[in-house]
Amino acid sequence: MDLNYIIAILAAGVVAGTPILYASLGEVITERAGILNLGVEGMMLVGAVSAFYVGTFTENKWLGLLVALIAGGLMALIHAVITISFRSSQVASGLALTIFGTGLSAYLGRSLVGIPPTSTFKAVAIPGLSQIPVIGKILFNQDIMVYLSVILVAILWFVFYKTKVGLLLRAVGENPSAVDALGHNIFFIRYAAVIVGGMLAGAGGAYLSLAYSPSWIENMSAGRGWIAVALVIFAVWDPRRALLGAWLFGVIASLGLHLQALGVMIPSNFLQMLPYVFTFVVLVITTRETKNRRSGTPAALGIPYSREER
Amino acid sequence: MKSKLLGSWEIKKTNSSSAMKKFGISVSSIVLGLLFAGLFVLITGKDPLKLYSEIFQSSVGSVYGLTETLVEMIPLALCSLGVSLAFRMQLWNIGAEGQFYMGAFGAAYFALFFSYLPILILLPLMMIAGFICGGLWALIPAIPKAFWNVNETISSLLLNYVAYFWMAYLVYGPWKDPKGNNFPLTKQFSESATIPVFGNTRISYAIFLVLIIAIAMFILIKYSKWGYEISVSGSSRKAADYAGMSYVKNVLKVMFLSGAIAGIAGMAEVSGVLHRLQQTISPGYGYTAILIALLARLNPFSILLVSFMMGGLLVGGFSLQTSGFPSSMVSMFQGSILFFVLAGEVFNNYRLVRKKV
Repeated sequence: MDLNYIIAILAAGVVAGTPILYASLGEVITERAGILNLGVEGMMLVGAVSAFYVGTFTENKWLGLLVALIAGGLMALIHAVITISFRSSQVASGLALTIFGTGLSAYLGRSLVGIPPTSTFKAVAIPGLSQIPVIGKILFNQDIMVYLSVILVAILWFVFYKTKVGLLLRAVGENPSAVDALGHNIFFIRYAAVIVGGMLAGAGGAYLSLAYSPSWIENMSAGRGWIAVALVIFAVWDPRRALLGAWLFGVIASLGLHLQALGVMIPSNFLQMLPYVFTFVVLVITTRETKNRRSGTPAALGIPYSREER
Repeated sequence: MKSKLLGSWEIKKTNSSSAMKKFGISVSSIVLGLLFAGLFVLITGKDPLKLYSEIFQSSVGSVYGLTETLVEMIPLALCSLGVSLAFRMQLWNIGAEGQFYMGAFGAAYFALFFSYLPILILLPLMMIAGFICGGLWALIPAIPKAFWNVNETISSLLLNYVAYFWMAYLVYGPWKDPKGNNFPLTKQFSESATIPVFGNTRISYAIFLVLIIAIAMFILIKYSKWGYEISVSGSSRKAADYAGMSYVKNVLKVMFLSGAIAGIAGMAEVSGVLHRLQQTISPGYGYTAILIALLARLNPFSILLVSFMMGGLLVGGFSLQTSGFPSSMVSMFQGSILFFVLAGEVFNNYRLVRKKV
C-alpha cells in the first residue's frame, strides 16, 4: 500500500465521518441541556429526503440544506413537546421519532428514487493549504460542508466553554432547578437545544443526499444516526472529541470499502459490519472510562423537569 | 406547573386512573396519531382517507386479508412479548430485529443440515436453536449493561445491523442454494422442518406458540417471585439491591429470555412462513414490536390485540405498494400513533382542573 492510497483512504474517511459529525454535534447540544434524543436516525432521514427534494428541483444545494435544517428542527420540535412539555419518556419518544422519520422519508421520497441530483456539494481545494503535502489532500481538498463542520466544532467549543450561553446550557443539563432559581426559563433553553440539535441532524442527512452519495435511497442513513448517538458518549459531550470520533469512524468505514477494492480475502459482509462492531466496542470502552472518571455525563440527562417536583 | 398557556386551568397529579379512562385515552391517541400522519399525506396532495380505507379493506376487509393479518401477527406478537419483558425491568432492548434474525439463523442451521430427522425431533431442535441464538445475541449488549452500565438501547440496536449482514453473508455465501440460479436464497426447507399451516391459509401452528407464551408471560409477571423481582428492579435498582435481589443476574436473565422469545419468532417465521433463509426475512417486526409493547402498556394480552392491529397495518402497507406507495410508509403511521400515546400518558397521570379563584 503506497502513501497515495493511504491518503485516499483518510480523505474518504473525513467525508464518511462528516454526516455523523453533524448529527453528533446536534446530539451533544441536546444532551448538554439534559434531553436525550434517540430520534437522530429519523431526523437525518427526513433531512436527507427534504434536502435532496428541494436541492434537486430548485437546482440549489444551499436551499436544499436550508430546508433540511428546518425539517430536522421541526422533527425535533415533536420530541421537545412530548418530553419537555408532556414530560413523557425520552427514550420512547426518541424511538417514535426514528420510526416516524423512517416512514415519512420513505413516503416523501417515493418518487425521488433513481432521480439524478442537479446540485451537489463538490470538493473545493483551498488555495495554498491544499498544497501542503499529505494533510493538504486529506483536509483541504474537501467540500464546503466539511469545512463548515470543522468551523462549527470550533464555534461550539467556544460557546460551550467561553460564553454565558454555554454555561447556562451546561447548567441546565447538570442542575436545572438551580438555573430555574436564578430566574432563567428552563423550558425555553431545553426547547432551543433540542431544536438546534434536530437542525444539525437534518444537516447530517443533507450531507448524505447532497454530498456523500448524491441521491435518495430509502433508509440511506443506514444506522448512522445511532452511531452518532453512541459517539456522543465517546466524545464525553465535548465537540472536539466528537470531531475526532466521527473522523475515526469514517476512516474505519472507508478502510472497509478500500480493503474490498484491494482484494483482501474477507467477505464484504464482514467489512460492512465493521463500523457497527467498532462503535459497539468503543461504546463499551468509553462508558467504562467515563464511569471511572465520574465526569462527563450531564447529571440531569433523561430526567424530565417539573417545577412543582423540584 | 405555572404556565400562561393554561390560563385558569392547572394540572394536578393523580395516582389512579380508571380502566375506562385509560382505554379512552388509548383509542383517542390512535385516532389523533392517524390524523397527524394523515396531515402529511394531505399536504402532498393525496387523500389520507382513501389511503386508510385501502389499508383497512385489504387487511380486515376480506377473509384472505384477515388470514394474512394473522400471519403477520405471529412474529409481531412474539417479538413484542420478548421486548416487553425487558421493558418491564426498564431495559431498553431494541435489538429484537437482530435477535429475530439470529433465531432464524439457528433454526435454519438444523433445517438445512439435519433435514433427515423426523419432524417431531427436528422442529423442537429448531425451536431450541432459535431460542438459544436469539438469547445469546441479546446477552452481548446485556453483559456490558449489567457490569458497566453501558447504554443497552444503542448497543442492542447496533447489533441489528451486524445480524443483518451476517444473514447476507450466509445467503450470498456458504448457505446459498447451488441449484438456485444464483439467487441469494438457501434451499427450501424439507417437510420435516416446516411448521404445518391451517388449511389453505398461510397461518402456521406457531399461533399456538404465541398464545402459550402470552399466558406463560402473564403468569410469570403476575404470580411468580421472579416476575416480582423484575418489576422491583425496574422501578428502583436501589430497592432491589436493598431487598437482596441481584441486579446483574436479573439483567442477564431478562435480556436472555427477551432475546430468546424474539429468536423463537425468527424460527417460526422461517419454518412456518418463508421455508428458507433470504437476505430480508423481516419488514421490521423487531421495531414494530417496540411500538406494540408500549401501546399495550406491556400487558401480554393487550400485546396480542395490538399485534393484530399492527399486523393489519402491515398487510395494508404491502397492498399500498400496488398503488405506488412504499410499504415502509406504515412506520409513519406507527411513529405518529406512538407520539400521541406518549403525550397521552400525561392525562393518565395528571388531570386538568379549573383553578379556584
